[in-house]
This record gives sequence, structure tokens and C-alpha cells, in this order.
Amino acid sequence: MSMKTNPNITEPRALQWLLIGVALLFLLLMLVVPLAAVFFEALKGGWDLYVASLVDAEAKSAIRLTLITAAIVVPVNAILGVAMAWLLTRFDFRGKQMLTTLLDLPFSVSPVVAGLMFVLLFGAHTAFGGWLESQGIQVIFAIPGIILATLFVTFPFVARELIPLMQSQGDSEEQAALILGASGWQMFWRVTLPNIKWALIYGIILTNARSMGEFGAVSVVSGHIRGETNTVPLLVEILYNEYQFVGAFALSSILALLAIATLVLQDIVNRIQARKLAAAERKEA
Amino acid sequence: MRLLKTPSVLPGFGLSLGITVLCLSLLVVLPFAMMAVSAAQMGPSAFWQTITEPRVLAAVWLSLRMSFFAMLTNVFFGTLVAWVLVRYEFPFKNLVNALVDLPFALPTAVTGIALATLYAPNGWLGQWFEPFGMKIAFTPIGIWIALVFVSLPFIVRAVQPVLEELSGEYEEAAATLGASRLTTFRRVLLPEILPALLTGAGMMFARATGEFGSVIFIAGNIPMVSEILPLIITGKLEQYDVQGASAVALFMLMISFVILFVLNISQWALSKRAGAKA
Repeated sequence: MSMKTNPNITEPRALQWLLIGVALLFLLLMLVVPLAAVFFEALKGGWDLYVASLVDAEAKSAIRLTLITAAIVVPVNAILGVAMAWLLTRFDFRGKQMLTTLLDLPFSVSPVVAGLMFVLLFGAHTAFGGWLESQGIQVIFAIPGIILATLFVTFPFVARELIPLMQSQGDSEEQAALILGASGWQMFWRVTLPNIKWALIYGIILTNARSMGEFGAVSVVSGHIRGETNTVPLLVEILYNEYQFVGAFALSSILALLAIATLVLQDIVNRIQARKLAAAERKEA
Repeated sequence: MRLLKTPSVLPGFGLSLGITVLCLSLLVVLPFAMMAVSAAQMGPSAFWQTITEPRVLAAVWLSLRMSFFAMLTNVFFGTLVAWVLVRYEFPFKNLVNALVDLPFALPTAVTGIALATLYAPNGWLGQWFEPFGMKIAFTPIGIWIALVFVSLPFIVRAVQPVLEELSGEYEEAAATLGASRLTTFRRVLLPEILPALLTGAGMMFARATGEFGSVIFIAGNIPMVSEILPLIITGKLEQYDVQGASAVALFMLMISFVILFVLNISQWALSKRAGAKA
């Protein structure tokens, strides 16, 4: 008898519905209503106003900066993530534990503290930052600082997706490829990459969503120079504080759509992985 | 001394180690070291003076208290959501399951302005509390709501896989021995999910104390009343008090270190108790 129907180890139907009802009501109030409010507030003034606030010069420059940031951060962190996952799952070396700890760091550090660290390293008042400034390179209150802070906040996502998968897959297929005469890169492109494809895609989606939406860390290093160093989330804050609610929520609605797309893609990737896993188990049985 | 503990036929050790060490040094180790240096430069007495400023202490107390309340709320509702998702069938279950990750995917600033608008005295949700003289936005209650929002997935995603792994045998044995469902939950299921629940709760607590974007809009940021700890740092930076900011940042890191340490200790105690029973 299945666990869900065995009367000894499940609850009466009425109690089940009560618990489901409480859980769904909680999720509705906590998650769905805020999400709906974003779109409602954005479209409050009508479609024309909505579109107008998105093609505004300041909004355009913020969108451009956010896209530039993501275009640099995502590839760098994808390569770094694959390298870290390969290193941590395929080799046993000194200092491995320390690297694993470092990998979790951005999750437990406040985004504001993350931003502050880069101010301390590259700020104009520091020796290094001062020297860079004299060479004509400005990091803090400029685009490089925004990119660095975003890199920091998002670097674990790809590796965190890949490591459990690569651990469970083991390295026997890769060893087989090498024995059959494949070069290192052939092995990587033909064996490793196809095996981790979906987890990698998912990690990249997550990195992209977070790099476009990061607020705290970027806010500390950006300097909020209008039309120059404002990303979309930073402009949302400025517009909101200036009571330009339609503009703030219109930009927010783009970020919310990005979040929804991320969740949908995540669901699709999860299903594909589950189906592949089930197929692999059937083959073994 | 060889770096590799066991030799491997697989290629790419040097390359992947090189990329990893280079990037992590630039992105993580160097900035962290700078912060420690900056806080060390100010000396212990100045450090102490900064973190015992009444405004800083009020923020510490507020951040810890609200994170704790958010943790309690999510331990209850997060476990409930995980339980319902694993054990029961209902329409749109997959959609609900995907929705749980929304707080991870939604940028914090968007969360922040959406919650502030909803819970403002004339907002969709705030207007229902207004007649009772209850203010949510611009008070610590608003901070609590924002923290519940951002940290919900931590608990659900920690408990859910453990519940999925449980087979019904123990529960059936408990039922055969005459235990009620509630007793079975308390004595059989809860001990099973407790380690995962603790990990999730600890992670979310650490995250909640540092949360910024989703909180600042709804908090109102009134000094001594609704000013959270990360906001103290940005405030000090705006006044060019870099050393003060790094002192508070270092203090925050120490707090999350203590949280994770306590978490590890309790995990260890739990596993020891489980080992003694078996």
C-alpha cells in the first residue's frame, strides 16, 4: 500500500485539506500577493505610461549597465564554476577543505559587507586604489567595482549545482575516454560537458538572475551616479525614494519577469534531470 | 611536498587549480584580508567603542531579534509547506513547488518595494491592520515580514529532501504500537528531520542578519527603532567613516561565525545522541 493511502500512517482527509489550506494561504499571502503587486503597481497608470518609463533615458542606461555586467559575470563565473567543480570532485589534494569553505562564503556574508570589502581594497583612500586611480583606472564608484562585487556574490552558484552531480556520476566515463585515447580537451567536450549540461545550464540561469538582480553589494560600490553607475535594481531604489512609483515598479516588473522565467527554466531542467535519472535506473535494473 | 594526495590519471589538475586559486584570491581572500587589516588598524579600544555605540547595539539587538522571530515563523510554516508538498496530493502542486524558490529568484530591491507598498497603511494588506492601530511598514514588524519572505526557501528546501527519503516503516511501527499521529510526528518524524531543520534554520538566520535590499524599504530605518545592522555599515560609509564601517562589518562576520559554530556543535550533539541510541 502506498504511503499516501495507508490509513495508519496518514492523516484523515479533512485534516489533510486543513494543512494544505493553511500552507497555501501562507504562500499566497507571503509570495503571490507581493509578486502580483509588482505588476499591478507597474500597470496602474496604464500601458503607455508603463512603456514610457521603460524607454526613459535613465532606465535605458541602467538596463544597458545591467546587461553589460551580466555579460561579463556569467561567462567568467561559468568557467570558474566548472573549474572549481572539476577540481573539487576529481582530485584529492591538500587544502581541499579550505577551498570548499571559501565556496560557501558568499552565502553567509551580508551583501553589504561584500561590497565594503571591495571599497576597502580598491577605494581611492587605499594604497592600491590610490595607485590605480593615478593610472587612470577607477574601480569603486565605477563599472569595474560593480562587476567585481557581482562576481563575488554569484561565484558559487555554478559550482554548487555541478558538485553534487559530478560527485554522484563519478569519473569512470572520463577514465574510459582517456584509455580509449582521447585527449584531455576531447574528454571534456565529449564526455564531461554532455554529462553536466543541464546542471550547468541551471547554474548559469541562476547566476544570470542573481547578477542582474544584486542590490546590496552593488549599492555599496556603485556611488549611484545617475546615468552612469546605476544598475536596474539601484535605479528602482532611486525612483522609489523619489516617489516615482510607476517607474520603480515598471523596472521591477522586468526583474520579476526574469525571476519567473528563472523559476520556469529551473522547473524544466529539474524535470529533464529527473526523467534522465529514472531512465538510467531502468537501464540498470 | 606534493599537492595531490592521491595521484590521478585525469588531466586538468594544474589548470583548474590555477583558475580557482587565482579567482578566489582576487575575489575572496584579498578583500577579506583587507577588511581584517582595516579593522586591526583601528585598534581594540576604538573597535570596542564603535560596536558599543548605542545606535550600533540597538541595530544588533534588532537584527538578531527579528531574524530569530523570522526563523521561528519559517521553522513552523516551512516545515508545514515541505510536509504538504511531500505527503499530500493537491491541484497545481508542481506550480506551488516551483513558487517556493521565488524569494531566491526575485531581486531583493523588488521584494523590498513590493512589501513596503503592500503593508503601507493604505496598501492592500496594511489597510486591514490600520483600524486596529497596528502599523507594519516602517516598524520592526515589517522587518520581520521581509525576513520571513526572503528566508522561506531555506527551511523548505532543507526539510523536503529528508521527508522524501523517509519510508513509512517507522511510522507504521509506531502506529502498530498504538501511537497517535501526533505522537508519531513528535517522537519519530521530528527527530529524523531535526538535523536538516537545524541546518536550514542556522543558514537562514545567518542570512537574515545580513539581509539588506528587501528590508530597508519596509523598515523605515528609524535610528534606535527600525535600523538594521547592514544599514549601519552603509550609513558609516556615507559619512566616509570607513574604519567604523569595517569594525561593524567584522562584528557582523563574528556574529555569523558564532551562529554557524553553535549550529555545528548542536549538529554534533544530535548525531552523538542518535549514535548512542542506535
